[in-house]
Amino acid sequence: MEEIYAKFVSQKISKTRWRPVPAGSLQTADTFATGSWDNEENRVSLWSIGDFGNLDSDGGFEGDHQLLCDIKHHGDVMDLQFFDQERIVAASSTGSVTLFLHHPNNQTLSVGQQWTAAHYHTSPGSLSCRSAPCTGVVCSNPEIVTVGEDGRINLFRADHKEAVRTIDNADSSTLHAVTFLRTPEILTVNSIGQLKIWDFRQQGNEPSQILSLTGDRVPLHCVDRHPNQQHVVATGGQDGMLSIWDVRQGTMPVSLLKAHEAEMWEVHFHPSNPDHLFTCSEDGSLWHWDASTDAPEKSSLFHEGRSSIFLFHSISNQANVHQSVISSWLSTDPAKDRIEITSLLPNRTLSVNSLDVLGPCLVCGTDAEAIYVTRQLFS
Amino acid sequence: MAERRGPCGIGGFGPAGSTGGARAGSSLATGAEPEARARSFGGPANSRWLRLGAMEELDGEPTVTLIPGVNSSKKQMCFDWGPGEMLVCETSFNKKEKSETVPGCPVIYIIRKDVDVYSQILRKLFNESHGIFVGLQRIEEELTGKSRKAQLVRVSKNYRSVIRACMEEMHQVAIAAKDPACSRQFSSQVSILSAMELIWNLCEILFIEVAPAGPLLLHLLDWVRLHVCEVDNLLADVLGSENPRKHESFWKLVTILVLQGRLDEARQMLSKEADSSPTSAGMCRILGDLMRTMPVLSPGTTQTLTELELKWQHWHEECERHLQDGTFASSPHLESLCKIMLGDEAALLEQKELLNNWYHFLVTRLLYSHPTVKPIDLHFYAQSSLDLFLGGESSPEPLDNILMAAFEFDIHQVIKECSIALSNWWFVAHLTDLLDHCKLLQSHNLYFGSNMREFLLLEYASGLFAHHRPSRLSSSELCSLWQLGVDYFDYCPELGRVSLELHIERIPLSTEQKALKVLRICEQRQMTEQVRSICKILAMKAVRNNRLGSALSWSIRAKDAAFATLVSDRFLRDYCERGCFSDLDLIDNLGPAMMLSDRLTFLGKYREFHRLYGEKRFVDAASLLLSLMTSQIAPRSFWMTLLTDALPLLEQKQVIFSAEQTYELMRCLEDLTSGRPVHGEPDAQRLQDDDIETTKVEMLRLALARNLARAIIKEGSLEGS
Repeated sequence: MEEIYAKFVSQKISKTRWRPVPAGSLQTADTFATGSWDNEENRVSLWSIGDFGNLDSDGGFEGDHQLLCDIKHHGDVMDLQFFDQERIVAASSTGSVTLFLHHPNNQTLSVGQQWTAAHYHTSPGSLSCRSAPCTGVVCSNPEIVTVGEDGRINLFRADHKEAVRTIDNADSSTLHAVTFLRTPEILTVNSIGQLKIWDFRQQGNEPSQILSLTGDRVPLHCVDRHPNQQHVVATGGQDGMLSIWDVRQGTMPVSLLKAHEAEMWEVHFHPSNPDHLFTCSEDGSLWHWDASTDAPEKSSLFHEGRSSIFLFHSISNQANVHQSVISSWLSTDPAKDRIEITSLLPNRTLSVNSLDVLGPCLVCGTDAEAIYVTRQLFS
Repeated sequence: MAERRGPCGIGGFGPAGSTGGARAGSSLATGAEPEARARSFGGPANSRWLRLGAMEELDGEPTVTLIPGVNSSKKQMCFDWGPGEMLVCETSFNKKEKSETVPGCPVIYIIRKDVDVYSQILRKLFNESHGIFVGLQRIEEELTGKSRKAQLVRVSKNYRSVIRACMEEMHQVAIAAKDPACSRQFSSQVSILSAMELIWNLCEILFIEVAPAGPLLLHLLDWVRLHVCEVDNLLADVLGSENPRKHESFWKLVTILVLQGRLDEARQMLSKEADSSPTSAGMCRILGDLMRTMPVLSPGTTQTLTELELKWQHWHEECERHLQDGTFASSPHLESLCKIMLGDEAALLEQKELLNNWYHFLVTRLLYSHPTVKPIDLHFYAQSSLDLFLGGESSPEPLDNILMAAFEFDIHQVIKECSIALSNWWFVAHLTDLLDHCKLLQSHNLYFGSNMREFLLLEYASGLFAHHRPSRLSSSELCSLWQLGVDYFDYCPELGRVSLELHIERIPLSTEQKALKVLRICEQRQMTEQVRSICKILAMKAVRNNRLGSALSWSIRAKDAAFATLVSDRFLRDYCERGCFSDLDLIDNLGPAMMLSDRLTFLGKYREFHRLYGEKRFVDAASLLLSLMTSQIAPRSFWMTLLTDALPLLEQKQVIFSAEQTYELMRCLEDLTSGRPVHGEPDAQRLQDDDIETTKVEMLRLALARNLARAIIKEGSLEGS
C-alpha cells in the first residue's frame, strides 16, 4: 500500500464507483464515478486514472486522477451504481432516481432517464406527498431496484417510464441499502437491524425471509453478497460491527466481528478475490480484511499500516453443517481461522463515506473532500 | 461576489479589541441605487488589503458600509445578526406603501465579511489545513527541546506548502479565466495568499525557528529569495538567449543576483562577460574573486561568530580598498555592484526598482553590512530600512505594518494587524494556534472570553458552521464545512463545547444519513441534550410523514419516554380505527426497548396478546390480557377495548378464564362503569354513543356471568373428581 494518491476535490464525496470493465477483457479499471453530498450544488463526476501518456521519472504513471466530466445533481447523491459501461444510476436525497449517460466521444454526461418522486412520504391528513430520500440503488441490467427512507422498494426498468413494481411500506423503518441476492431476489437492510429477503415473484408486501441481529436492534447501513457463494452475506452496522450471514440457515448472523468505532458505511467483497473484504467507516478508517487461509507471509506483505489479528467470534454453533465448500467467511473454528486486517489510509480524517474495489484498484471518498486511489492493492 | 458598486467599508474593531459581533465586508448587491448608508461594525475586513490605505487607530469610529437600495429615512431596514455574517434585509412593514415604493420583488442584501474567500480552491486550503491542525494538536506534550521544535517547524512548513499549493492553483485559474474581471479577482486572491505566506514564513523564522545571530540572516535570505522569484524567470530567459551577455537584461540580472546574495550564480554570469570582453576581463575576475571570498556562515562547521566577523571585516576592507583604488572606475556596472557588496545605502537605494520592497532592501543591507545581526537588533534596521525605502513619499501599508511588528517581535501586534487586514480568520486562527503551541502566547489573556488562541479558533470554527446557513439566499459558493469546524471546537477547552452545542443544533437535517453523522458527533462528546433534541426532531418528522415505525425507533434511540408514549398512542389509535397493527416487524422485535415507557410496554404486550390469540394459545392470551388491566399498564381509556377483546375468549367452548379471573374481569368492568363521569348536556351523538356503550357493557356482563357459571361448575367438578 505504498502508492495511495489523495486529491482534494472541493466537495464532500458520498459515493465512489469503478466503471465495470467489459466482461472477458484484460483491461484494468481506469475510470470511476463519484457523487457529492451536502454541497450547495451537488455533482456526479467521472474521473480517469488512465495514463495520459505521461510517465513520471520512475517509469510509473502519474498518480493523480483527472476529472473527465461532471454534471449537476439535484440533491445529495445518496447512492451511485454503474448500470452498464455508459450509464450510471444515481439516487437522490430528493427521492428521485436518475440515469445518466456518458458520451465518451465528447466527454459529457447527460440525463438519460429520470424517475422523479420515486420515494415519497404521504402525510396523514392531506393528499400531498413529501419527497423522501432514496437511500440505495442496485442494478442488474435491465432492472434497477431502489429503496428509501419511506420504507418503499421500487423496481424500475431502464426503458420504462413507470415503476414496474412498487412495494409500499415494505419496511416500517428506513431502508439503508439493497443488493441482489440472485435475480429476482433482493436483500435489504434497515435501521432496526434486520436483513430482509424479497422475492419479486411473490405478490404481496411481505418479505420472504427476515434475519435480524438479536437484542439491541443496531441499525445496519450496508450489505454485500459474496460474489461466488451467494448465500454468504456481509453487513455493516451503526456500531461499526461487521456481520457475516448465511441466508440459507438461521435468522441470526454466523459471526459478528468487532471492527470500526463508528458507523460502517460500506462493505465490499473483492469481486474476483472474495477472501478479501473492504470496509470503510464514519470514524475515518478504511480497512482491508484478508481471510485467505493460505497466506503464511501475510504480515510481511502488509508491513505498512497497523496490522492486527482478530478472531472469529462465532455466535451460533453450526459445526455440524455439512458443506462441500466451506467459505472462509463462514468457518467457525476460532483456533484455525484468522483474519488479517490492514488499515489502508495513512492517517485518520473525517468520515470515509464510500469505497469500491475492482481488480487491483481501490477508490474511496471522504468528508474531508479528498478522493484516494490506489492501483496496487495486492502488491 | 465582490461588490458591484460603491466603496466598501473596511476596518473597525479588531478581534483583539472587540467583543465579537458581526463583521461586515463587501456588500452583495443586486441592482438598485445607492441611497443610504448603513453602519457596519467590522472585524477582519475585505480582501483588498494590499490596496488599503493607512490603517487608522484600531479603536476608531466604525467605518461606513454602503448598502444600495436602502432608504434609512423611511426606516425600511431590519437586521439579522448571524454568528458569522450580518444579514441585512430591506423590508417595508407597510405592505401598501411597499407596493407603491418598491415595485417588483423585494431584494435581500447579505453583507458578508469574507465573500471572495469562499471559493472552490480555498475549500482545499480549509480541508487540508484541518488535517494539519488536528495533527498538531496531537503532538506529544512530552516532546521537548529540539525534537519538539523540529516538529513545530515541520508543521509550519506544511501549512505554508498548503498555502503555496492553493496559490499556484489560483494562479492557474487566474490565467485561464476568460472574463477579465474574474481574472482580476483571482489575481487579487493570489496576492492575498502570497502575502499570507510571506508573513507566515517570517513568523516561522522569528518565532518558531528562533534563529540566532548568524543563521538568522541565512533564513531571511531564503525568505526573500522565495518571495521575490521573478529572478528565476529572468535567469532562464537570459541564459536561454543566444548571447546572454548581449541580452538587454544582463546587468539587471546580475544586479538582482547580487542583491539576493546569490553570489555563485552572479560570478558565473560575470565569467561570461569576462570571456567575451577582454577589456573588462581583469575587473570581472577581481570582482568575481571578491564574491567567492565573501565569508559566509556554513552550517555544520564549528566556526564561531567572532571568527566570522573577523574574516568578514577583512573582506569588507578589501572591497573598500578596491573601490578607493578605482579598480572598477571604468565600468559603472561593476562599480555599482561593488558598492552594493559594501552595503552602501545610496547604491542600494538606486536599485529600488529591482529590490521591489523595503524588506528586500533590509535583508540585502544586513547581508552586506551586518551579516551577524542579532534578533534583538532587527527592528532597528527594519525601521530605518522602511523609512529609507519609502523616503517619505508614501506611507506604510498594512503588510508593512505587519512585517514591522514581526521584526519587533510583537506577536500580538502581528495577529492584531493580520486580523484587521485579512479577509478571513483562517490565517490568524492557524498561526496563533501554532504560536501558542510554541508556548509564546501564554501570558496574554483577553478581558473577555478566554485566551486569544481560543478566541480566534472559535471565530474561525463559527465561520465554518455559519457557512451553511443562508444557502438559499446567496448565490456564492456556500458550502458545508461544518464537519471541519467540529474539530476546531474540540480543541477550545473553555468555550468550545458550549459553542459546538449551540451550532450543532442548527444544522439542517435533510437526510437521515446526515442526521446520523451529526448524532455521532454529539454522542462521541456525550452531548446528551443535543442527542435528545436531534432524535426528537427526527421522530417528529417521521410522525408528520406518517412513519410511525421510524418515529418509534428514533424515540427509543433518544430514550425519550414521553415521545414513545405519544407514538404508542398513535399506534393504538390506528389499531382501534383499522382493527390491525401496522409495522409489525418493529413492534414484534422491541425487546428490552419495550421498557422505555408504560405505554410502549403496553403496546408490545398487547401485540403479544394478539399473537398468542392468533396462535390459539387462549389460556396464555387470557392471563396476559387480564394482567394488562390488573397491573395498571393498560390506560383506562383502553380497558373497554381490552374487555371487548375478552368477549370471544369468554364465548369459547372450553372454559378459559377461571372463576378467580372472571371475578377480576368483573371488577375491572365495574371500576370502569362506576368511575364514569356524569356529562352535562347530552347531545344526540353522545346519546347514541352511550347507547352502544351500554349494550356493550350488558353483553360483557352477560358473557362474564355465563363464564363464571361454567367456571364454577368446571372447577367444582374437577375438585370433586
